[in-house]
Amino acid sequence: MMNQALKLSLGPVLYYWSRDDLYEFYQQAAQTPVDTIYLGETVCSKRRSLRTEEWVDLARELSRNTGKEIVISTLSLLEAESELKTLRKLCENGEFLVEANDMAAVQLLSSQGVPFATGPTVNIYNAETLKVLIKRGLKRWVLPVELSKSTLHQILDALTDEVETEVFVYGRMPLTLSARCFTARSFNLPKDDCQYKCLDYPDGRLLSTQEKQPFLALNGIQTISALTCNLLPEIDELRQIGVDFLRISPQFRHTDKIVEAFSRSIRGETAPDIKPFAPLGFCNGYWHGETGLRQISTSSR
Amino acid sequence: MELVCPAGNLPSLKAAVDNGADAIYFGLRDDTNARHFPGLNFNEKRAAEGIAYARGRGKRVFMAINTYPRPDGWQRWQSAVDIAADLSVDALICADIGVLEYASHRWPELPLHLSVQASSTNYEALQFYYDNFGIRRAVLPRVLSLSQVKHVIENTPVEIEVFGFGSLCVMVEGRCILSSYVTGQSPNTHGACSPAEFVEYRETSTGLESRLGGLLTDRYAKGEQAGYPTICKGRFAVGDDTFYAIEEPTSLNTLALLPQLRQAGIKAIKIEGRQRSPAYVGMVAKVWREAIDSSLADPDGFTPKVEWNQALNQVSEGATTTLGPYYRPWQ
Repeated sequence: MMNQALKLSLGPVLYYWSRDDLYEFYQQAAQTPVDTIYLGETVCSKRRSLRTEEWVDLARELSRNTGKEIVISTLSLLEAESELKTLRKLCENGEFLVEANDMAAVQLLSSQGVPFATGPTVNIYNAETLKVLIKRGLKRWVLPVELSKSTLHQILDALTDEVETEVFVYGRMPLTLSARCFTARSFNLPKDDCQYKCLDYPDGRLLSTQEKQPFLALNGIQTISALTCNLLPEIDELRQIGVDFLRISPQFRHTDKIVEAFSRSIRGETAPDIKPFAPLGFCNGYWHGETGLRQISTSSR
Repeated sequence: MELVCPAGNLPSLKAAVDNGADAIYFGLRDDTNARHFPGLNFNEKRAAEGIAYARGRGKRVFMAINTYPRPDGWQRWQSAVDIAADLSVDALICADIGVLEYASHRWPELPLHLSVQASSTNYEALQFYYDNFGIRRAVLPRVLSLSQVKHVIENTPVEIEVFGFGSLCVMVEGRCILSSYVTGQSPNTHGACSPAEFVEYRETSTGLESRLGGLLTDRYAKGEQAGYPTICKGRFAVGDDTFYAIEEPTSLNTLALLPQLRQAGIKAIKIEGRQRSPAYVGMVAKVWREAIDSSLADPDGFTPKVEWNQALNQVSEGATTTLGPYYRPWQ
């Protein structure tokens, strides 16, 4: 496990981007040195820049033109039958690996005997859980963002089964989901008449404390961290623990440059400074077993 | 419709039993349950006493092991399951897949309920736990409208329990880590949201401030009631506005929906508040007992009595209540 090559993945776009922006983003992503691209709507079923079929078409096109692995990501919070219907369609795509972000998808995929992946909102906190899911067809999992390197280390130590491990290493972290749309609420609008305000906030809408500390970002029914998780300086450690994939969560601008920095660092080259791409700053507390929003200095190691 | 009441200690359990609860849920004195607060919860001896008290009066007792063990704590969760089996509780309320796997294999006769902390909001997710662990009941997260709850019930073999009253989680339970983002501890990992040891109130020249893990959650004008600084009930700045960006301090109260909940096929109503006093538990149990009986006697003519809601408001956050997600416009 120690000598494997670390792979890079691009997580699903968490935000509501326009159709043109999405196509442009994936055209650019195709040129980056990521090994895997996850795509699909994971947050809100009202976001329909691309229809379900168009996501699958895009997956097909990217797969054909780039040779990269394409994975279809699915909704994280399912409430309506229409959402389950879309989920079934995606789970039955027959071509691409599916990332389950809710136990509904785990059920649909495992009951069909189809191998699957899980995203950061499927709660896998220990090796026993992982073993159950591996038996049901789990092929790859993403460590929940609140878990530390020490927990991951212990989980992988207790595991004899084959599974690929992915860690969320860059981006604003998904922290929670709700029935309520907070972006709509911030405009005093109900969810059912949200006027698609999320389109105006391609990296989420900032929420600060009353003393102007940037704290969270509202992304519709999802709430994410205002700070950007960055584990670029931890690559050696990630490799040593036995991580297979590093996930970069897309942001509206400069994702390609961030991918480039990680790619160089994996190859042992000096990575360019990516600080300017996260204007509110970085955090890495969770990885170090600390408060999530903290930035633990790792330069002294 | 079963009335399921909380007990953080033996006096609360007795208060619940004496005031009309059909079932009582409790947890052990550690991080294996989602109300891991100092001074709260049961050791084995107390749990056995409580179970005897409830059983002697024809009531059922459930034990919650509804947090997510990490590898270094696994033994503790395993042993909690064994304790529940020894106590022969009427059901074990679990969230973690590993814990459910252990419980269903080691103690196949022990009835399993899926905790709200398992974050299952739809019947496909419930089917996973039914197929793999034979869960008999599930507690739904507070994210569904009434018609969505009904749809789940129509499509699942699992009994459905919903929250009727108490502190309102605005986020989907089991998948909210706002608390650990600020304190390092979440309900999933430590069994507590916004743990008291991270809470701080500061008197400043501009008034009282509440902080969690050092982060400012709210400022209060003179004479304004200060709330507990859970992140989701704080006042923050978004754009040009400073407001309750997530939710006002308020509690859930679905008393008015009782006939509809019953008609939807809900098997049990859960009251939140293991961290609350025996007086709270007794009062809330009494109100809900009366309300449920009255809605059963005359479902069409049922209206909540003014004094019921007054009593419930008095023990609610911000002294107000909401129908929450059950009522679509709230969302």
